[in-house]
Amino acid sequence: MISIKNLKAGIEDNLILKGINLEVKAGEVHAIMGPNGSGKSTLACVIAGKEDYQVQEGTIDFEGEDLLELSPEERAHIGVFLSFQYPVEIPGISVSNFIKTSINERRKAKELDPIPAPELLKMMREKMELLNIKKGYLSRNMNEGFSGGEKKRNEIFQMAMLEPKLAILDETDSGLDIDTLRIVANGVNKIKTKDNAIIVITHYQRLLDYIVPDFVHVLHNGRIIKSGSKELAHELEEKGYDWITKEADKKWA
Amino acid sequence: MSAKQKQTEEELLNEVTSSEYKYGFTTDIESDTIPKGLSEEVVRIISAKKNEPEWMLDYRLKAYKAWLEMEEPEWANIKYTKPNYQEIIYYSAPKQKPVLDSLDDLDPEMKKMFDKLGISIDEQNKLANVAVDIVMDSVSVATSFKETLAEKGIIFCPISDAIQEHPELVKKYLGTVVPARDNFFSALNSAVFSDGSFCYIPKGVKCPMELSTYFRINEAGTGQFERTLLIADEGSQVSYLEGCTAPMRDENQLHAAVVELIAMDDADIKYSTVQNWYPGNAEGVGGVFNFVTKRGICYKNAKISWTQVETGSAITWKYPSCILKGDNSIGEFFSVAVTNNFQQADTGTKMIHLGKNTKSTIIAKGISAGNSNGNYRGLVRITKGATNSRNFSQCDSLLMGDKCGSHTFPYIEVKNNSSKVEHEATTSKIGEDQIFYCNQRGIGTEEAIALIVNGYCKDVLSQLPMEFAVEAKKLLEISLEGSVG
Repeated sequence: MISIKNLKAGIEDNLILKGINLEVKAGEVHAIMGPNGSGKSTLACVIAGKEDYQVQEGTIDFEGEDLLELSPEERAHIGVFLSFQYPVEIPGISVSNFIKTSINERRKAKELDPIPAPELLKMMREKMELLNIKKGYLSRNMNEGFSGGEKKRNEIFQMAMLEPKLAILDETDSGLDIDTLRIVANGVNKIKTKDNAIIVITHYQRLLDYIVPDFVHVLHNGRIIKSGSKELAHELEEKGYDWITKEADKKWA
Repeated sequence: MSAKQKQTEEELLNEVTSSEYKYGFTTDIESDTIPKGLSEEVVRIISAKKNEPEWMLDYRLKAYKAWLEMEEPEWANIKYTKPNYQEIIYYSAPKQKPVLDSLDDLDPEMKKMFDKLGISIDEQNKLANVAVDIVMDSVSVATSFKETLAEKGIIFCPISDAIQEHPELVKKYLGTVVPARDNFFSALNSAVFSDGSFCYIPKGVKCPMELSTYFRINEAGTGQFERTLLIADEGSQVSYLEGCTAPMRDENQLHAAVVELIAMDDADIKYSTVQNWYPGNAEGVGGVFNFVTKRGICYKNAKISWTQVETGSAITWKYPSCILKGDNSIGEFFSVAVTNNFQQADTGTKMIHLGKNTKSTIIAKGISAGNSNGNYRGLVRITKGATNSRNFSQCDSLLMGDKCGSHTFPYIEVKNNSSKVEHEATTSKIGEDQIFYCNQRGIGTEEAIALIVNGYCKDVLSQLPMEFAVEAKKLLEISLEGSVG
């Protein structure tokens, strides 16, 4: 689905990603772990196309398309979704209006007519149930006055509505209590099919108890320094990052 | 096809291919125009052309004399070259002045023009249940739903007709809320106003439909001096819509309208405006000067609500105000003012609390883009006798880019200590984070800005009647297109 080769990117002269290689196939869940400042969120932003970051080298192929040639909205249209670590507020715009706009802009890009209102409403009701979302939520303004948990749930709700091919969850677990974490994770599991893929970015093993990864990668100083199965996450939980980061630092010194 | 029509076609094409001013074209209708310039003679000609009674001519002449002694005000935070008042044509009327029984009798040329504007009268009659009194170049040419309204005793007609047919009402109320001497532009308007609307809602009558007027400048170099007088008698209710579009012109055009509202005891007036006069081009050349005096008076338990969406004009100078004379009366002002390119706006409201327990609410949203300058100027005056009165004001500014300016000038005067005044103000910029968030959800930057702006203006747009709200949203989008690089 997505194939990242030798990706080097950063902000101005500051190189943050120093040669990332990552291959994610349909139906797979990949976890990216790593200490603070290792480049996890940068990787998410570069895949999504945030303009602040300049790609200096490397390629990202998404289902045969050169992702780096596309604008952020075009990437969204072909099925790239980013669940933000810090979702922004959009005052005065209701959740339902925002999602409707989002769905219809994608349909417009595919030369489809806007989604009929009854169909949209039916879909919204189904997905709200999936995520245990209460009535009245749809008419609230986007993230305005939302608690941390509500914001994250809103991200996953949009993911459910947009049905992306590749979803990147950037620290979706941060700021969630254990109950909300379970609801959000179960929601993600229900959305997951053999045709889509998920990249989970997290500091902690905890989320991975619910969203079980096929592969775990450790990102450190802009490089993936170790990849393995879900057992790797458990090992990291026990031992911390030091034992592999020190080794890596020696290698790249 | 005449050369003029050809030009129209070309301009229409431009309209489709660029996002510049959407309604810029001229219609080929012969006009009856008097020589340019202003003098006592011109005032007399205007009055004579309209077969006005003596008292009306006197009113005009007094206003003209007052105007001669007045100076054009300079206190607003706007910069412009003052118009040469001797270069303006003060009267023009379509030559073939039709007396219409129905809209079918409308000049086909004019009909075409209205169709281009997207305000197909037929459609409006059928679909929107709106009575339309269209003013084109100073003379009303079509009035609809007159009969339906007449059944309820509602008078809705061109003010020139009202002067002929209901002189007692016009004489009693004209100039009582905005006296001719009120300011330079109201004096000018009082002297030379050519047409406008008159509306009277009898006691206890709830007007069954939204009343709507479309103004449009058509004749090159013709100033528009519209006069609106709206009287809501005791216990009556009315919602009035006013929308403006103007054709593209290179020279500046002056627009100095006066609107007077009278809400008798227990009456309720809602007055909504979408203003889209030609703003000038991207370099700041041309555009309409919009110097408007709008004011309403509320008697006991009455309510006046002004809602405006101001996107057009090179210069906007406008302060729709309420005099809360009666006890328990209510004044409201909801405003969105957009300036882009080199537009300038100095707009706001005045709430004058005279009666006890009077209430006023002000929600003003300014959006500035390009090199423009947007100002909010508002006065809340609570007099000694206006005990237990309340005001809430909220003035927000949204800036786009780093070349525009935005200023807020709130004046608050409170003369008793049982009243309460609250003022909130914010200034914000559209954040790149917000735009990227929308982009990531498949929403392109232009749409994202439209969405964010609409959200920002929601409190005001929600005050507009449905069909106007849709038009207003579109206007906001058109006005801000290309304003973020």
